[in-house]
Amino acid sequence: MHIDELNELAEQIRTQHQSCQHCVRVCMAASCQSSGADDVLKRLEDAAPEGDQVQVKSVGCMGLCSAGPLVEVRSRGDDQPIMYQHVESQDAEEIMGSLGDSVVQRLECPTSIPFFQRQQKIVLENSGIIDPEDIEDYIAADGYSALVEALTESSPAEVLNEVNLSGLRGRGGGGYPTGLKWSTVAKMPATQKYVICNADEGDPGAFMDRAVLESDPHRILEGMALAAYAVGANRGYIYVRAEYPLAIDRLKKSIRQATRKGLLGANVCDTPFSFDIEVRLGAGAFVCGEETALMQSVEGERGQPRPRPPYPAELGLWGFPTLINNVETYANIAPIVRNGGEWFASIGTERSKGTKVFALAGRIHNTGLIEVPMGVPLREIVEEIGGGVPDGRRFKAVQTGGPSGGCLPAEQMDLPVDYDSLREVGSIMGSGGMIVMDETSSMVDVARYFMEFCMTESCGKCVPCRVGTYQMHELLTKIAAGKGTSADLALLEELCEVVQMTSLCGLGQTAPNPVVSTLQYFRHEYEEKLIRDEFVDMEQQTEEMEAVS
Amino acid sequence: MPLQRIKPTPPSDDKRWKLIDVTMRRNGYAGHALIETLHSVQDAFGYLDDPAMKFVASALNLPLSKVYGVATFYHLFTLKPKGKHTCVVCTGTACYIKGAGELIDGVSEKYDVPLGETTADRNLSLIGARCVGACGLAPAVVLDGVMLGKLKVDDLLEHIEKVI
Repeated sequence: MHIDELNELAEQIRTQHQSCQHCVRVCMAASCQSSGADDVLKRLEDAAPEGDQVQVKSVGCMGLCSAGPLVEVRSRGDDQPIMYQHVESQDAEEIMGSLGDSVVQRLECPTSIPFFQRQQKIVLENSGIIDPEDIEDYIAADGYSALVEALTESSPAEVLNEVNLSGLRGRGGGGYPTGLKWSTVAKMPATQKYVICNADEGDPGAFMDRAVLESDPHRILEGMALAAYAVGANRGYIYVRAEYPLAIDRLKKSIRQATRKGLLGANVCDTPFSFDIEVRLGAGAFVCGEETALMQSVEGERGQPRPRPPYPAELGLWGFPTLINNVETYANIAPIVRNGGEWFASIGTERSKGTKVFALAGRIHNTGLIEVPMGVPLREIVEEIGGGVPDGRRFKAVQTGGPSGGCLPAEQMDLPVDYDSLREVGSIMGSGGMIVMDETSSMVDVARYFMEFCMTESCGKCVPCRVGTYQMHELLTKIAAGKGTSADLALLEELCEVVQMTSLCGLGQTAPNPVVSTLQYFRHEYEEKLIRDEFVDMEQQTEEMEAVS
Repeated sequence: MPLQRIKPTPPSDDKRWKLIDVTMRRNGYAGHALIETLHSVQDAFGYLDDPAMKFVASALNLPLSKVYGVATFYHLFTLKPKGKHTCVVCTGTACYIKGAGELIDGVSEKYDVPLGETTADRNLSLIGARCVGACGLAPAVVLDGVMLGKLKVDDLLEHIEKVI
């Protein structure tokens, strides 16, 4: 397929779409689906008049998960779509009846609120608009044009150059410059190279990757194919959590569709470039988000990390150079290649370019998925986009970066959200989970919760992580129960440092972060729970020291 | 003389072994498809028992120790049969903040079943999940494959009462 043919096909599909007067979109992402979007879709389809005047479409995530099931009505000639929230199946007839002349007021979801207005969408540009199970919808939205154009008109070095220019950094949490990673793999003189997409979204409280995979799976395939072209790989794996059946299903379907269209497989677009993608399932191990552990798991082994270097870019899957990127990183590639690296670099801050998708959850009004430019202040995300803390309670902290991140207090609310600022204050960007807590949450409990997570998820390979997380969890449990002493707290702090410094992989090195950050900002909560020193008699203290060591 | 693989016989003549063979064949009986194979065994039978693991080991030409190692390393694989009904409580951060702990305690107390276990009459299994990715619905529970969101303890108990 040549770029002209693709454009023609896209134009054809667009004209077809334009023939219908009203387009009714139903969000079928996991959250809305579990609130009954299936029935809503069915009833809407039944209620739709015959002919092609009204098109009912199932689409991906619309973002505002807390208001689901969501339905959007876009009529020809209207630039503002109407959005309906909490739609139930019995509302279908009413919505269908209102098309073209009125709005069902009791269901209307105001789209003028900051939640919708303050976002800037690159990764999620198609999410909630196209049908994820239909490749033609993606093509009509300029999908695969970047790939076809790159394959037929530019060299791998030119693609690489655009990614370098964009300043894109790894969205999985580490923030390593993507262009640099690609260049390393591209330089390797191997005959066989692999591209892996890390879709093992293990952070509890994060669902960005899930939404992207479920709402716009072709975007990931296109991004991976572009990556493969740039680095010279011919085989790709998508390592996805088995807990995401819908995402797995849609990925497999998309791979089949793209292969049938000749956009994947042997000799894509009649060029020498061949690329096959296979889906591999995880089996519920958080440590498999670490790249060396992930490769072990793809090879069918236990997911245990190994020391780096050598990095996967040099010695990866089955000993060959391997490029591993996160879902969101690949989702940014097609727009970068399509619009140029400079365009991407104009968004965001000096050192963090582009946008970031966050999963807002916890004690906040608008839970859901948002995409904002890098550098937006935390306050704007929590108070304006998120709508603040409900039930008149007071905001206490926001947790970013999952079990590897930290809790930020109200004093840090004016912090711009980018990789470096977050790291400076003791948290990390992570993959984009943002959990808001109010005064009802005890920070000691929160730290204990994350430590329990790291303890059970530790793979057991290195001692500092395996034993350290266990001991820290014991100490935190003791403090949370009001039985800790100041000696316990001192020991906890020492352990944090030891585990951080000596663990083998990212899981262990960052496991103490929630404890360190809560100690930094909420130390008084720990101290309030301690037994005061004068009440601790010597005997008890020695007994406890023995138990801990 | 061409080398021919001798296909090991499945532990029983249950039809479901055919599905597992399909998975293995699709991956060319390669050892690296172990996780895929174990997934299909668990999908078909609900859990991994010794005969199943021995069969997979011989079919993929892997040591049993490795199959056992992988099966016990990953949280999703279970070596114990589940109850007739499963109640999976999400314990992700958002659900934790919104009271997943109370849901677990509530079910645990009423049906006398600790987290991760099955009731004595094998009717209900109470399982904790890391994160089901439905943070907008926190606290979320997956009851017999149906997702329930924004639950209070009483709501959940009512739902369980309905299915069992």
